[in-house]
Amino acid sequence: MSPTRPYNSIVLVKQVPDTHNIHGDVMKEDGTINRAALPAIFNPEDLNALEMALQVKERYGGAVTVLTMGPPMAAEVLRDALYRGADRVVLLSDRRFAGADTLATSYTLKYAIEKIGAYDLVFCGRQAIDGDTAQVPPQTAEKLGIPQITYAETIVNLDGNEIVVERAFPLGKEMVKCALPCLLTVVGSANRPRPPSVRKMIENKLAATPLEYKTLLSQWQEFETEEKLDAYLAAHNLKITLWTADDLAVDANRLGLNGSPTQVYKVNYVVLETTESKQVPANAEGINALMQELVKEYIVG
Amino acid sequence: MADNFFLDNLDLQYHLQHTDLRHVVALKEKNFSFHEKYLAAPRNYQDAQDNYRRLLMVLGDICANVVAPRAAEADEVGAQFRDGKVEYSPATQDALHAFKQAELLGTMLPWEYGGMNLPETIYQMMVEIMSRADAGFMTIVGLLEIALSINEFGDDAMKARVLPRFARGEVTGAMVLTEPDAGSDLGSVQTRATYDEAAKMWRINGVKRFITNGCADIMVVLARSEPDSNDARGLSMFLVERDDSVTIRRIENKMGLHASPTCEIQYTNTPAQLIGKRRFGLIRYAMALMNGARLAVAAQAVGIAEAAYREAYRYAHERVQFNQPIRNFPAVSRLLLSMRSEIEATRALIYEAARWVDLEKALEHHIASSAKPDPADRQALKRAARIAEALTPLVKYYSTEMGNRVCYKAMQVHGGVGYMREFNVERHFRDVRVTNIYEGTSQLQVVAAIGKLLGHSLDDLLNEWAAQDYGPELAPLKNQVEEATALFNRSTDHLKECPTEVIDYYASDVVDMATQVINSWLLLQHARADAKKKSVAQVYIGDQLPRMRGIVAAVQAADASPLKNRDAILASAF
Repeated sequence: MSPTRPYNSIVLVKQVPDTHNIHGDVMKEDGTINRAALPAIFNPEDLNALEMALQVKERYGGAVTVLTMGPPMAAEVLRDALYRGADRVVLLSDRRFAGADTLATSYTLKYAIEKIGAYDLVFCGRQAIDGDTAQVPPQTAEKLGIPQITYAETIVNLDGNEIVVERAFPLGKEMVKCALPCLLTVVGSANRPRPPSVRKMIENKLAATPLEYKTLLSQWQEFETEEKLDAYLAAHNLKITLWTADDLAVDANRLGLNGSPTQVYKVNYVVLETTESKQVPANAEGINALMQELVKEYIVG
Repeated sequence: MADNFFLDNLDLQYHLQHTDLRHVVALKEKNFSFHEKYLAAPRNYQDAQDNYRRLLMVLGDICANVVAPRAAEADEVGAQFRDGKVEYSPATQDALHAFKQAELLGTMLPWEYGGMNLPETIYQMMVEIMSRADAGFMTIVGLLEIALSINEFGDDAMKARVLPRFARGEVTGAMVLTEPDAGSDLGSVQTRATYDEAAKMWRINGVKRFITNGCADIMVVLARSEPDSNDARGLSMFLVERDDSVTIRRIENKMGLHASPTCEIQYTNTPAQLIGKRRFGLIRYAMALMNGARLAVAAQAVGIAEAAYREAYRYAHERVQFNQPIRNFPAVSRLLLSMRSEIEATRALIYEAARWVDLEKALEHHIASSAKPDPADRQALKRAARIAEALTPLVKYYSTEMGNRVCYKAMQVHGGVGYMREFNVERHFRDVRVTNIYEGTSQLQVVAAIGKLLGHSLDDLLNEWAAQDYGPELAPLKNQVEEATALFNRSTDHLKECPTEVIDYYASDVVDMATQVINSWLLLQHARADAKKKSVAQVYIGDQLPRMRGIVAAVQAADASPLKNRDAILASAF
């Protein structure tokens, strides 16, 4: 089927601590994570979401805008998105956004998405590896008043104002049809995210919001002043759009910590230690007995 | 940290940081004026270095996480030949796709054709990293180097038509020289090129053999354009864009490098375009092409050696015998130590050679495009060309022999399991074996190098290094290197006076000494720049010097007796 029209996408991404590579120094005594000790990375499934958006763009045309909310350094994931082929990136950064739970986050994102405007598809990763709530995308869809397709694995068809998506579950697949615009949360099995392009990486390596100018100047002293750096970035289309609460039509009381009713009731931490062990004889009978036990305990089978 | 074949390689990072490409990059980037037109072009040298580092990081990531994990699969499945068509293994296809997505292909081409104007030195770093991941895959990517020859010798129309396709990663390349009866002796190539007056184009007829990636879309083909000739001067170079007149007859069943298909090709009235001037095919263009390829094969051998060393290192730490890891045994740690110091020494040699090649090319281009070239630049070019020409065969010879030694030792560290397919070292051992055979055997490299060494091509470089100050702490080491240099000079002086046959017989000994001397000076310089390098310099120099004393004795005793006895021994029944 030939492509019918271009589709504009917005991809919501998050910079997260690399919880997949936790080592000894990262856990504090009380069982919480020392975030500073973990490298900040692109949330893995958000890369799958970006890849899906880029594939839509390659097939049908349209623009891919990537949006994130976070501290100034979260611009790093936006640069990464540019290296992989995003057309435009937006950073939401403001002290007033800090401490947001999923409700306040989705509230803020809704206004940013509406400000970007003219979108057909919103792509999100299924969930982030830090909080693991998977709540922000559905809440954002609700607030935008658009339908959502969670666990999206494959876009089966995109035609006119309708999308057909295959959803992936542990025990099977489901095909759904939906009107546009809509929001998709994408699973890790959807695709293999493309590597960054070296050319785009080198072209966009200085892309920044003014919040990072000081850091940039310390590395690239030839720019001398923030004004000169700003002029260079502006001339080369390398200024990353930065929006604060003042740029959005939001109610300040619903932002950040103020707008977050979620309270942590209790943190349980689990220390894994060996308690009991069992020796299995290294022969066929031993393995058979072990397998039968595992099946009986509903661990396998 | 996620795996990355650049970030985990501190020695390679050392070379990126310390190899001085200031002059080269300034010339190549026309004093950084390209940045006005191409955003990716560097603004200054620091910016260029940062760009190279970023490029190698992306490459190192893809090589560690996409290419290397499936290298065993690419080796096992191999390129396939079915119904006249060659197909890469799925692992190789995926690796190429990732490279295309990362826009890593054709990065050496100039900005105007969609490349990134990379120096040769950086390209050799790429080759090394790719070869560590999969040496067979590297040969496919490496053959994009023919695009550089087209850039250097082709006309503008040809360049504009062909080069952007290389830069976009749409096509792969092949360098089509060898024939069944023209291997080392390329001057005897028989494939014919005849000018078709009616169609106003050249046509090629003949059979080529042992062509790496012969299924490529675009190839440069060496053919006899002068029917009455029978030597190198009757050969010209042609560009062929593959069509139905090109038949792949078979692919070879090789010992290693299975990812890369080695083809036998038949050309039947195949349309072709002349590259450059007639009669210059072998003596100028193929030689230039091969010199580039020789450096790349040297880097390939280092990459394979690096992979093999890491396998051996890990195994020696994991494998317990007699209640302790086998690395504790001096016999095993000696193997590891010699592998490690030889790899570092070779790397020093490669990037020194690459730097001179870069300088030669950059100056050549700069002078050609200047209205009134500076005589000082001409002098500098002459020197760079002389040194590059002498170092290239040395590097090819030394690095590929070193790669073989390292893989041999790496398998030895593994013991019996290293001989099994399940262990990567078995593949590295097979892959590295061809590096000192193809692109000119070691024996041919020695022939190319010995003339330069006896002609004192490198004397000024060695004198320059000897005149430098290395500080009191390195003085004992410097004394050793000076002694080694004197030994080397004594051998060349002696051999120069000998008959040609005797020179050729003992040439490899002198070439060995030359590389050991150069490597020693380079390691000494590295020890001065970075204290961590001192121990490697000590081990390498301390190991080589006593051996050189033995070699010089052998060369000084050089006479025609092996040659006289040769006929008697080899002719007698055995």
